[in-house]
Amino acid sequence: MQEHTGARSFASGYLEVKNLYKTYYLPKRETGSIAVPTLEDISFTVKKGEFISIIGPSGCGKSTLFNLISGLEIPDKGQIILDGKEIIGQKGHVSYMLQKDLLLPWRTVLENCILGLELQNVPKREAINTANCLLADFNLSEFAGSYPASLSGGMRQRVAFLRTMLAGRELLLLDEPFGALDAYTKSEMHDWLAGIWPRISHPTVLFITHDVEEALLLSDNVYVLGPRPAKLKLQLSVSLQRPRTRKLVVEKGFIEMKRILMDSLFTLG
Amino acid sequence: MRRYLSSASVVIILLILWEVIVRVFAVPKYILPAPTQVIKALYIDYNLLFGHSMQTVFEALAGFMLAILAGLALAVLMGLIPSVKKTFYPLLVISQTIPIVAVAPILIIWFGYGMMPKIIVVALVCFFPITVSLVEGLASVDQDMVKLLLVMGAKPWQIFKIVQFPGSLPAFFAGLKISVTYSIMGAVIGEWLGASQGLGVYLTRSMHSFLIEKVFAAIVVIAVLSLLLFALVSFFSRLIMPWYYQKSPWQG
Repeated sequence: MQEHTGARSFASGYLEVKNLYKTYYLPKRETGSIAVPTLEDISFTVKKGEFISIIGPSGCGKSTLFNLISGLEIPDKGQIILDGKEIIGQKGHVSYMLQKDLLLPWRTVLENCILGLELQNVPKREAINTANCLLADFNLSEFAGSYPASLSGGMRQRVAFLRTMLAGRELLLLDEPFGALDAYTKSEMHDWLAGIWPRISHPTVLFITHDVEEALLLSDNVYVLGPRPAKLKLQLSVSLQRPRTRKLVVEKGFIEMKRILMDSLFTLG
Repeated sequence: MRRYLSSASVVIILLILWEVIVRVFAVPKYILPAPTQVIKALYIDYNLLFGHSMQTVFEALAGFMLAILAGLALAVLMGLIPSVKKTFYPLLVISQTIPIVAVAPILIIWFGYGMMPKIIVVALVCFFPITVSLVEGLASVDQDMVKLLLVMGAKPWQIFKIVQFPGSLPAFFAGLKISVTYSIMGAVIGEWLGASQGLGVYLTRSMHSFLIEKVFAAIVVIAVLSLLLFALVSFFSRLIMPWYYQKSPWQG
């Protein structure tokens, strides 16, 4: 694995993933099954409060990595340590957000936002107060009492993001959260997120994407995974000043980093 | 009301056609009465029909409630416990192949000529659509939503309460709308076989006296009552699931 500009030390971090292996077995028509090695010897460390993007070709096992960290699946080998504790197979440590917003249509925006707090038995009044503060930060206050059906795609995704943040977990796993949005709305979301990120007390984020510009605009570090079985190919530290805007996209330093990432993504092995 | 305009005009045209044919060909009243004769029968027998209707509606609603309670209980059990679903789902389907008209007389032998056998017939007719739609609704819930709640550390009963049950309500109400239109018919079938009050009694008496215009009058009343019950279920559906009827102003 190469490291670029301002390599971070691999001292103990907030999230440590060590030598992770995962193989799936697909049933075959006749007998037995086909082994599909999906993750191979993945190791990385994330510091508290960091925003890490993970990019890689389609089907390389990025979502598998998230399923392992969230406790939905169990790795064949390796360790996942969060804040000093082994969390393999344990649910309830992270917040998860997918391309689908998965807002519950029968709950208002506010009721959707407090879902995580509700599951942690936080008193309702307290949960609502916390949610109302963040709704204001996210410019969503006027929609607190609306049902998701009356919101636009971008707004729904912002609510889903808020819900993920409000779940009160220190680690957020975002699996292509803006992947289903049109280019314009997506770009708005980037500006919005890059804009509020330095202002709010932000958790640690792992962010899966296919979009190199998105990764650079939002992250402190970008990890590139190779094709399946996924290995970590490159780690790039993004030294751009915050708050960032989409204007950065045409600047020289940005383009240079984009080139490095593209080269890594599109070279085999 | 405007959206029913085209349907209403079709009905009116058919009624006029019917009236004309009966008059032109001088069809005897005991074969086919004209719509005006049916209206006249409705007017004359208004008080009588009202009394019979109250009885029938009461039986229909009581049976419908019974079916909802039983359907809810069984469907929730089947949704929560896979082995219960595996065991009872085929039995549920088989039970539906037993003809109600054959069972109803037996119910009269067991429970007498009172209201009980009618209520049971209604419940038997309504039970199946309610249960099946709720079971399917519970099964078709978005698995990604379940996954999301799992990751948040939700317990199985919390997942049921927060995701599965609310998510199955649209299917549940679809089942209620189907079965409520059967409920009046179920009560009438029960009354056919022996009763002293109810639209079924009025029907059989009119039929035996060859008062066909009164038979048609009863048909009209049954149709109107079924529509009213349907409207009642629709009202509750909007009351309980306001989110389901919300249109997005952003689409398109």
